[in-house]
Amino acid sequence: MKYIDIHAHMVSRTTDDYQQMALTGCVAVTEPAFWAGYDRTSAAAFADYFRHLTEFESQRAAKYGIDHYTWLCLNPKEGEDRALAHEVLNIIPQFLDHPTVLGIGEIGLNRVTRNELATFTDHVDLAMQHRQLIHIHTPHLEDKYKGTKVIVDTLAADSRIEPARVMVDHVEEHTIEMVLAQGFWAGITLYPMTKVSPGRAIDLIEIYGSERVCVASACDWGPSEPIAVPHFIFEMRRRGHPDRLIHKIVYENPVEFLSQSPKFHIRQEQADAVLY
Amino acid sequence: MSTYPGTCPLTQQQLVDTYFMEHRTKVLDLAAYLDRMERSIDRNAEADFRVVALRRALQELSSPEPGRVQRIQMLLSDPTLEPMLQRDQQNAFGAFGRRDQEVQE
Repeated sequence: MKYIDIHAHMVSRTTDDYQQMALTGCVAVTEPAFWAGYDRTSAAAFADYFRHLTEFESQRAAKYGIDHYTWLCLNPKEGEDRALAHEVLNIIPQFLDHPTVLGIGEIGLNRVTRNELATFTDHVDLAMQHRQLIHIHTPHLEDKYKGTKVIVDTLAADSRIEPARVMVDHVEEHTIEMVLAQGFWAGITLYPMTKVSPGRAIDLIEIYGSERVCVASACDWGPSEPIAVPHFIFEMRRRGHPDRLIHKIVYENPVEFLSQSPKFHIRQEQADAVLY
Repeated sequence: MSTYPGTCPLTQQQLVDTYFMEHRTKVLDLAAYLDRMERSIDRNAEADFRVVALRRALQELSSPEPGRVQRIQMLLSDPTLEPMLQRDQQNAFGAFGRRDQEVQE
């Protein structure tokens, strides 16, 4: 079954992973900017990273027939450094016209600090000024409920925000309801240990429905699974769900959300490919 | 997340036949972990906030009321909504309470 992985940090993955994704039906990935595993020390390091995301990575994906799109930001884990955030926010606009940049992301909160929140709202301002889609990271583990609540409340109080143009990612059992209730898209992340298993992701979809919901691997440099979406597809079938529903979640929903950017396109040969 | 009856398309018998074995092994892994903690060469983390949270979560597991996963998520969560003044460290711990524990110590 063809699918789109809306959250994959491919700069951290090998070409073998692209091959596995292509072999299992992946036709497109979107890659949010994220943390390198250490705090970067200058805006120049981010400029290099953005060039990697917009130039090199799309070429690497294309060799496997996968369309690569990206989102730009200073990641929430680095949002505490307000001076650096200010410098990075100043260089992002020069990349926003690139044909594979879909919007601002993954912005959000990490440990939920005042500075992180200020950096988050600065990114929201930037997205609004340039009419960009927004991809949001919600915090990990014990910080998830608090961080998601602060993010949702902040956006809900901002009259400029169109919820249907915002993906709130990494939802879990205790946060999905507040995200969907405000009209945002909800991303469910299939990531071992710290996020959601395929079985729990399916529980959420059975309970809350398949509208405005996407699933993704969020594969990165940590223990993660670049073909997590195919594992989800397999488990959906094992749980007795029809292929039509699965196709909606792994392909049609991402297309619906991402197509709000005029830059996102599905190539005709991919659109015409056999569904299941 | 409360009851939501009928939202899973499989029968209970199908759920047992398909998934019992993988959940059996998860229970045994958890039991072995708790035993291992007691056999430890130095039982110096009995009151660690993560161990305390895990034991509370285990009590919730045996609850007859549906909605266990959401209640356990909240047991492990920071329930406050006020942002921290500044970042304490980069990574989360998996359970809430370290800052409270540091104050008590």
